[in-house]
Amino acid sequence: MGGFEIIVEGFARALQILFSGDQEILGITLLSLRVSLTATLLGAAFGIPIGFLVARKDFHGKSVVTTVINTLMGLPPVVVGLVVYLFLSSSGPLGFLRLLYTPEAMIIAQMILTFPIVCGITISSILSLNPKLKETLVSLSAPSSWEARVLLNESRLGLITALIAAFGAAISEVGAIMMVGGNLLGYTRALTTAIMLYTNMGEFATAIALGIILLLIAFGVNLFLTYLQMRSRVRRTT
Amino acid sequence: MPFLECRAVDKSYDGKHALKGVTFGIEGGDLLSVVGPSGSGKTTLLRIIDGLEKADSGEVILKGKKISDEPFPHRKTIGMVFQNPVLFNTTVFNNVAYSLRFRGKKDETIRKKVDGMLKLLRLYDLRERSAPTLSGGEAQRVALARALVYDPDLLLLDEPTANLDPYNVSIIEEVLQRSNREHGTTVIVVTHNIFQAKRLARTVAFLLEGELVEIGNSAAFFESPRDPRTLSFIRGEMVY
Repeated sequence: MGGFEIIVEGFARALQILFSGDQEILGITLLSLRVSLTATLLGAAFGIPIGFLVARKDFHGKSVVTTVINTLMGLPPVVVGLVVYLFLSSSGPLGFLRLLYTPEAMIIAQMILTFPIVCGITISSILSLNPKLKETLVSLSAPSSWEARVLLNESRLGLITALIAAFGAAISEVGAIMMVGGNLLGYTRALTTAIMLYTNMGEFATAIALGIILLLIAFGVNLFLTYLQMRSRVRRTT
Repeated sequence: MPFLECRAVDKSYDGKHALKGVTFGIEGGDLLSVVGPSGSGKTTLLRIIDGLEKADSGEVILKGKKISDEPFPHRKTIGMVFQNPVLFNTTVFNNVAYSLRFRGKKDETIRKKVDGMLKLLRLYDLRERSAPTLSGGEAQRVALARALVYDPDLLLLDEPTANLDPYNVSIIEEVLQRSNREHGTTVIVVTHNIFQAKRLARTVAFLLEGELVEIGNSAAFFESPRDPRTLSFIRGEMVY
């Protein structure tokens, strides 16, 4: 079978899977979504406040910290997988938690990938705000809790971009979750690891079908986030 | 005891004096206009009174309390309007409401006060408009509403009508005068427009190269200035 036929069959198989409600594929898809969305939200939960503090506070070594965070935005997933594996393996410092080869380990690994992305883009968004905003807030006697709220609201376009980038990095990576999840059917098999497995097995049509599902999920989540971004932009310009 | 007092306020930037021992006091309920050419230190003086900048030396005393060292607790009673206001990326209503939310006011109080202030500044029909879409005059009126809505004892305005059309100028001047006359708000307006100073102020101060040349009653200031430099400025002979 030629490459083109494989792709066509892949599309046909994808449609079949999508409409047949294949339980195995459904489980793999739901796990991918759960792991990547949770990792993105956790990365944001840590990345946004830390990014805000780094951007707002003046401290010794601020530029070094910012450079390190920006560098970590390009962290290779396999390196993250290796480090998390070493920590969670039975002889590792966190081995007692018995998290290796669980969805939680996959979430931890992806969170380490999403955190610097959210943090770095948050720093950049806050730093690019009009410096007079802070002065206006001071002049209006805004308490620090309100100051953070207003400044984060003002940089919401950038924060949504951070979520889009982080989710994109999480849902598409394979190296980290393969190493710490183990690709166990019905438990830790995600879309990307399944694509790799089916490709290695020569089942290209199924691999393509899973790839299409992966793209559709990424498209759906990004469509929602982009809608939020556009709505925010419209409020700014109309 | 004066309501607001500046004692020997000095400020330099990169060795260049912005303010040189500025000393004056005003009574509560006064409407002071600070005039002077560009670069004479008017904005710096206002920023120091608002606590946005620290004087190199000297004191600012508000209602008998020295506020130049610790401005925060006192700033809640000071309103400031900048020449180029920065509005928040939300509705006109929210921009004005923020000032009251910062002070922990209840929603019902906020709604009533904000709506009243928007009506006063003829902004009520724009209350749901997104602030970044406003014209310069509308934005400046929102900034004034935001500073007045919490009933400040002292209102500071830095060139509030520079580059605005006559319609917006008249609304802003009318509201300033009403606020001063009816609520007793002490107002300090920085302007390089001596006609505006003449229209608005009861007291006028003239700053030149960081030095307070003259301060006095508006009529006396314009009709019989004591310092020849003031006379030169009023007559428009000063090149700046």
